[in-house]
Amino acid sequence: MEAVSAIEMRGISKAFGSIMANREVDLSVRWGEIHAILGENGAGKSTLVNMLSGIYRPDSGEIMIDGQVVEFASPASSIKNGIGMIHQHFKLVNVMTALENIMIGRRGGLLIRKKQWKQEIRDISDRYGLDIDPDKKVYNMSVGEKQTLEIIKVLHQGARILILDEPTAVLTPQEIRRLFQIVRNMKEQGCAIIIITHKLNEVMEISDRVTVLRQGQTVGTLTTADVQVGTLIERMVGKRLDLSIKRVDYPGERRPLLQVDGLTVRGQDQKIALEEINFDLYGGEILGIAGVAGSGQKEICETIAGLTRAEKGRIFFEGGNIIGKTPRDIIRLGIRMGFIPEDRLGMGLVGSMDIVHNIILKDYQNQPGIFLRRGPSQAKARTIVERLDIQTPGIHYPVKKLSGGNIQKVLLGREIDSDPKVLITAYPVRGLDIGASYKIYDLLNEQKYKGVGILFIGEDLDVLMSLCDRLMVFCAGRVAGTVDPREVSKEEIGWLMTGGKEQEPS
Amino acid sequence: MEGFLAAALVASIPLLIATIGEILTEKAGLLNLGVEGLMLLGAVMGFIAGYESGNPWAGLMGAFLAGCCGSLMFAILTISLRANQVVTGLTLTIFGAGFASFVGKDYIGLPVPALIRETFSPLALPVLSDIPLLGPVFFHQDVFIYGSYFLVIIICLYLYRTRFGLNLKAVGESAASADAAGVRISLYRYLHTVGGGGLCGLAGGYMSLVMMSVWVENVVAGRGWIAVALVIFAAWNPFKALGGAFLFGGLSILGFRMQSMGIHVSQYWIDMLPYAATILIIILSSRNNRKENQPPADLSVSYFREDR
Amino acid sequence: MKLIQIKKREDMSRKKELLIRIVAVFLSLIFAGLVIKILGYDPLNVFSSMVNGAIGTEIRFKQTILKAVPLIITSLGILVAFKMKFWNIGGEGQIMMGALGATFVALNLPDLPRLPLLGLMMLAAIAAGGFWAFIPAFFKTRMGVNETIFTLMLNYIAIKFVTYLQYGPWKDPGSQGFPKVAMFSKNGTLPTLFGLHIGWIIALVLVVLVHVFLNHTKKGFEIAVVGESQETARYAGMNIKNIVITAMILSGGLCGLTGMIQAAGIEQTLTSTLSAGYGFTAIITAWLARLNAIGTLVVCLIFAVLLQGAAYIQISMQIPAAAADMIQGIILFFVLGSEFFIQYKVSLAGRLAGLRPTRREAA
Repeated sequence: MEAVSAIEMRGISKAFGSIMANREVDLSVRWGEIHAILGENGAGKSTLVNMLSGIYRPDSGEIMIDGQVVEFASPASSIKNGIGMIHQHFKLVNVMTALENIMIGRRGGLLIRKKQWKQEIRDISDRYGLDIDPDKKVYNMSVGEKQTLEIIKVLHQGARILILDEPTAVLTPQEIRRLFQIVRNMKEQGCAIIIITHKLNEVMEISDRVTVLRQGQTVGTLTTADVQVGTLIERMVGKRLDLSIKRVDYPGERRPLLQVDGLTVRGQDQKIALEEINFDLYGGEILGIAGVAGSGQKEICETIAGLTRAEKGRIFFEGGNIIGKTPRDIIRLGIRMGFIPEDRLGMGLVGSMDIVHNIILKDYQNQPGIFLRRGPSQAKARTIVERLDIQTPGIHYPVKKLSGGNIQKVLLGREIDSDPKVLITAYPVRGLDIGASYKIYDLLNEQKYKGVGILFIGEDLDVLMSLCDRLMVFCAGRVAGTVDPREVSKEEIGWLMTGGKEQEPS
Repeated sequence: MEGFLAAALVASIPLLIATIGEILTEKAGLLNLGVEGLMLLGAVMGFIAGYESGNPWAGLMGAFLAGCCGSLMFAILTISLRANQVVTGLTLTIFGAGFASFVGKDYIGLPVPALIRETFSPLALPVLSDIPLLGPVFFHQDVFIYGSYFLVIIICLYLYRTRFGLNLKAVGESAASADAAGVRISLYRYLHTVGGGGLCGLAGGYMSLVMMSVWVENVVAGRGWIAVALVIFAAWNPFKALGGAFLFGGLSILGFRMQSMGIHVSQYWIDMLPYAATILIIILSSRNNRKENQPPADLSVSYFREDR
Repeated sequence: MKLIQIKKREDMSRKKELLIRIVAVFLSLIFAGLVIKILGYDPLNVFSSMVNGAIGTEIRFKQTILKAVPLIITSLGILVAFKMKFWNIGGEGQIMMGALGATFVALNLPDLPRLPLLGLMMLAAIAAGGFWAFIPAFFKTRMGVNETIFTLMLNYIAIKFVTYLQYGPWKDPGSQGFPKVAMFSKNGTLPTLFGLHIGWIIALVLVVLVHVFLNHTKKGFEIAVVGESQETARYAGMNIKNIVITAMILSGGLCGLTGMIQAAGIEQTLTSTLSAGYGFTAIITAWLARLNAIGTLVVCLIFAVLLQGAAYIQISMQIPAAAADMIQGIILFFVLGSEFFIQYKVSLAGRLAGLRPTRREAA
């Protein structure tokens, strides 16, 4: 007889407004198994596991934990059933210490007994090979430490079922390896583990079985050992697809468009965020920047775009120094530079405004007089919608109600429309589905072919390595090295990302 | 000097109690600008309850419950119905002021019953009141004031030494994190908003029943706003609020005191000092980069679990 | 187990939105009626007296308009700041400072011809109100100081300062020791049209001007963007400090103008109670009008009816005018609560959900 499953989800449906995020989804996870949930962005993976963690409530369907039918009214009841979730965006309180974060929401006596808790944390850490300083404040922690803290937290809650939502997105290859080791330790202890990812190689490496989701529906559950990568792609996207990213060649002669010389910048907290950065960006190339989150990516983009003031150094745009120029100066002087910031709705666009007003955002500065002219921007909005095939009810529709891919197209469309010579893009495909991502890569390649110099900040090393002509690796605000992505391994890049502190790849 | 300090302490008590009430509310992540209205509700209902029953404890209970009811309205609107907290708080103040003068109009000029006055007459604590300077100032006061000392200690222990205090802090700092850890966000927010509002009402009750001991219109006279300011002054710490309230209470009576000593400074200038001091404090604290002295990160942000 | 399920709504038709608001106001009147009943009055009588007192006769209607004027202009001022998510709750103090500025001119140049004198008074009022709003704006833009508390505190400083002047240096020597400021000269008072001081014309003109400013000028666009996202404004090359300060001076200037109109049109002098809570009520009217200039006009008229009605029943029924504040509060509680039902859909769920067939999207 087959043993009882850790998790059985049957016929789960969940709608947000008119969007069906999950439709009749089935999922079955065994004890002592690492189970991957694979699907592209927007396929409904997070929604599904958030119903296990008690964040969302299913509209219909049934959940069984260890053979018992359960209904989670809140995260508390999910925790009580031994489920621990590690969210993609960590759920930690910044001003508290690691220990305090672990204690939040826990039952027990009235008073806080720190000594006893610290001992328990040490025991768990030893058992699973984790390491944390219980008195360290979260705001002083690196991404890796925060993740470790989240893991200890759910283990201390007594979780036997662990759910990791996109755990590798922000880690270096070395950190990923360590995480996978921890996950395997937990499996040894008999836990059930769910890993959500859209990265195929990780599925192949870590999981025992994999459930594929597409457009909110289960496509099937497969045993990883018996499956080919090609099959997974087909299941995930719904058609046979070549997932390799093209690297087009620029026919013209390469000349430097943007030269950064000895750039030093302080971050918002007044600490040095960039130190002595030197590089050239050529026309007709995509120059990638890789690095652990917070290594200075945001600052380099914003300094070039004129949003952040530099402490020291120079930036030449076609030979002229633009340091100290504000974005307003850059627009008014007609310096042709486009910038796709990381936070699309928070910085690049105004979410509640329509496409027209988001186009006006970059145009109105050069309009004469005190009144706002909408006419020219309306025409422009129509052209952009048509050219980039933006799915929208109209040009007077608030951009925040569009899908992620279409939002990004509005932003990219506006920036390309001004015929830039330099294009700075920060995480342009974050959160987009595969189709939209490839559309963005194509658009960037098209610009590159026209001779535009593109700075591409990315997080997925596979993408960076196949799209970029050169790859600059940032570590703690410095350029740790510039490599030819055709000639190095991922591990070598990971090694540069951590400043060589991690052990040399064997 | 002793007399002045003792009077300053009395003047500080309503500020202190209301400030602690607002600290509890803000720690749970709600900015309730309705303190003035809650104090007025407490003042009028406390007075009526005390006047009609003749019982001091019924009076205080009436004040507390009136504050609870007022802040319950605020809580329903801002927590469950996610209304804007600034606008709702201001509405509460307008409502409270209107309600207090409407309901209180038949009581204008009436004094509190004798039993209540006796109960809250100053009482010297043995031994402690013999300490020079400190004794007469802090330990020759009414029972309500002794209760306030006790309250500060209890609230400090609660906030900094108990699980509930820890959970509360998490709710105010990051509701989403606390929720994921199984803390019942709405319950915490409701309890602390309503309890905090009750304390604001109690502060109002103290003003009408003990300090004035006769009903006058608009008895609170802007102290609710000073309490809102004191929360920032005290960096959300009840213990610091004790000192802050004493300081502001002293300022509120300084003018009259100086006039009686023959130093002529207009009370209207001195009346500005608490407000000016608050402005100074918020300017100075904006320079302060210590993360621990900042407002709760989720202050005045409503939380909806299924928001994406 | 919870039986209620809450979901974000998609777009809702304007008609339905309006309907929900009307229902909310209706419910609030019923609730207010209940409270009035409990307090021992006949609610129908109270309400009808209020309406009668506000629009029953021409004179009463004119009184209502006179109450609407300061409310409209102050709301417009608040609106400009709120559009930028700058929580200016210092309208009360800005009105006071405006009145103070106007009074300073009126008392020192009483013999100037009417037009230049009134013009100067207006300028002084706008400057003083604008300055009072500039202070928190300056600290907000330079040091990130929280404006909510700052503007709030400035209210009390302004009021105390005016009180000081009224009881001290500006006390009219001819008032036999009574603490009041001297009356303005004839030239320092607003002329009338149709039996009302011309403040109502100023208010109407300002509604149109503010509407055009916010919706059809570059500055208005910048204010809207700053209100949505400062980061986006920075990205688009906007000078945020400049925008915030300009908008706040405008906001405070409008409130200051209210002060001048009240001083020159109603009181004909300066008093420490001149702002009469308009600065706070305007926050509510501006919010209820959903930060729309034209909407403000409508909402303020309704509120003026309430205020005038309450003033009337104070005399006719011996009910304190504070009843109006209470009723205002109740109406607002309901309207604030009703917003939720516009943005979210509430339905029964829980155990029932499992029995319901899965909803399928129309293909």
